[in-house]
Amino acid sequence: MTRAARRDADTLAQPEDARLVHTALAVPAMHCAGCMGKVERGLAALPGVAQARANLTARSVGVDHTDAVTVPDLVAALARAGFAAQPRASVLAEPVSAVRPLLAPLAVAAFACMNVMLLSVSVWSGADGATRDLFHWLSALIGVPAIAYAGRPFFASAWSALRHGRTNMDVPISIGVTLATGLSFYETVMHGAEAWFDGTLMLLLFLLAGRALDAMMRDRARAGVDALLRQAAPGAMVMADDGATAWYAATDLVPGMVMRVAAGERLAADGVVLRGSSRLDRSLLTGESAAVPAGEGDRVLAGTLNTEAPLDVRVLATGEDTALADIARLMEAAGQSRSRYVRIADRASRLYAPAVHSLAALTFAGWMLAGAGIYKALVIAIAVLIITCPCALGLAVPVAQVVAAGALMKRGILVKDGSALERLAEVDRMLIDKTGTLTEGRPVPDAATLAALRADEAAVALALASHSRHPLSLGLAEALAARGVRAAELSDVHETPGRGLSAQWHDVPVSLGRPAAASGGMAAALAIGTAPVRLIGFADALRPDCADALAELARQGIPASILSGDGVAAVATVAHQTGLTAQANASPQDKHEAIGRLSAAGHRVLMVGDGLNDGPALAAAHASIAPGSASDVGRQAADVVFTGASLRALPRSVAMARRTMRVVRQNFTLAIGYNLLAVPLAMAGLVTPLIAAVAMSTSSLVVVANSLRLSFIDGERA
Amino acid sequence: MTSIAVLIPIALGMGLIGLAAFFWALRQGQFVDLDGAAARILIDEGEDAAS
Repeated sequence: MTRAARRDADTLAQPEDARLVHTALAVPAMHCAGCMGKVERGLAALPGVAQARANLTARSVGVDHTDAVTVPDLVAALARAGFAAQPRASVLAEPVSAVRPLLAPLAVAAFACMNVMLLSVSVWSGADGATRDLFHWLSALIGVPAIAYAGRPFFASAWSALRHGRTNMDVPISIGVTLATGLSFYETVMHGAEAWFDGTLMLLLFLLAGRALDAMMRDRARAGVDALLRQAAPGAMVMADDGATAWYAATDLVPGMVMRVAAGERLAADGVVLRGSSRLDRSLLTGESAAVPAGEGDRVLAGTLNTEAPLDVRVLATGEDTALADIARLMEAAGQSRSRYVRIADRASRLYAPAVHSLAALTFAGWMLAGAGIYKALVIAIAVLIITCPCALGLAVPVAQVVAAGALMKRGILVKDGSALERLAEVDRMLIDKTGTLTEGRPVPDAATLAALRADEAAVALALASHSRHPLSLGLAEALAARGVRAAELSDVHETPGRGLSAQWHDVPVSLGRPAAASGGMAAALAIGTAPVRLIGFADALRPDCADALAELARQGIPASILSGDGVAAVATVAHQTGLTAQANASPQDKHEAIGRLSAAGHRVLMVGDGLNDGPALAAAHASIAPGSASDVGRQAADVVFTGASLRALPRSVAMARRTMRVVRQNFTLAIGYNLLAVPLAMAGLVTPLIAAVAMSTSSLVVVANSLRLSFIDGERA
Repeated sequence: MTSIAVLIPIALGMGLIGLAAFFWALRQGQFVDLDGAAARILIDEGEDAAS
């Protein structure tokens, strides 16, 4: 069947409404080919869905469907396929790639550079007369439009810098490129011997490659940029007084409405519980995975996840007024201080550009005084500009940073962009969150109690625990399974929310649940028949290698303190275990201010945290790191995310960042050293296009080779 | 000289074809989901491959 015929058949199948709507859904859990297949098949099986296409890079899926299919239908279909999905806030808000606008100029520069170089080789090997003129004209024909097109990113950036009375790396590049092109064209028209199209295009090619590498790093980080908007539920099922229900988008909710929040849904607005009782996962707001109970009359916040039973919630605040939006605003304000950071390449070019321009001007003046005539003085001055054009400088920073980021990625440390490595290399003070950062963020049963359990008790405990999704049960089941315990055979298992699990084991009633008497800390009571109740204590354990990592950081000259939103008692325990000073009961504002105080005292602060409550602090700190288990907001705000459980990632990232900066400085030295050699030649009027081309590519290769040393991570020194 | 007149247009033409092919691919969205494209070859397409 031809494509047209198949399309006809589709149209016939739905004759009344063939109008297709496009919806984009975020599917954060999709990470492999199998997932993509399941997502696409799960959606395509839905009647009314024309096609579904998953995008693994953006962790999203685009669906074309008729308007008979609603967004909740699609989310439900994905849930059946085993994936949690949230509608993306808006298709327009989809992050724009930073690499893609550079790909076309890069391709044009590469094409033109290769062809012009081909022609230049024949000129250098002795073509003259009409042949040389023909080759120069061909070069001009290819080169001038290609330079105009491929140079646009530089011209635009230089122009906007100049308009604001500033200068950046792109200003000397643009001036050099424009003058060199003009001179070459003039030479071509005048049947001259030397045209510089090849060198100019090669310069653009190398610089665009550096730019593209830099953008590629930033793109990797973009995937989580709209995480905050995505996490707020974009709508809710609203109940009218007569019991009728209708789906409202989050923006259409008004205070006073009653929304019914099913288990597994996120709240779209702040409110107060009218009916029902459940547990809410507030990990988005606090980073804590333990769900908190919510009953009638309790305040609940937008962005929290309802985990157990449906709730009816009266809306109190929506959209911009919610607690979630408050934190988002605080983060946005905090992030502005960081955007004022000036990257090392721009700092270098502030010194470099005036030096280059005065050298060229001096050369021109010198040759004029020597009586060489305007034309010759101008040609030599332009040769100086071309030879000093920061070709290797343009590669010096991005190549080193991309290689370092690649090496770190192999160790499970993801760096979001190049400036993150620059800032990380400068930190001299660390603030670290407790729950979920210093600790695992999930309850681990007390090892001594587990060891004291009889084999049959352990088997029953594992069997009971494996039936529940409660965090304590999950922790217990994992710890017992790790001890090699096999689950006992149970019958008649049922779970009462808020109470625990009960079942029959060989006609003996057994239960695992909340202890009768409230004791300090977290605990679960295991009862088997009439035997004495066993109490299993839980604690939030420190991450492995915590002490080693903190000691290593201290050796690197980075003292740490704890900054936690948790209560004094819990923080004191961890502070005692780690030997760090601590501040407890810190609100997001407090954390933000603590960073501000230290920065004002001249410290460069590294913030390590995971929750939304750490978001403003992560954004305000000089550099920030989040564990992979962090909330999306934490991961979005942080510069670096480490995926493993070990805190050793912290000293490792800092060491690598410092090494990278050493290599960057070496690269600068190499690139400038080459200029020191070549500039006297150029000023003496001895540089030909051939020498320029060779020198340019050699210095670029040297810089790239030096940067590649960073990929050998095993020789790592602090 | 005549061989150059033939060879240069051929060389340029081939380069231009490559450039045009790249631009076509860029416009077709071939570079939108690089990770996905790498993973997609592993998907077992069953009878519902007609999506």
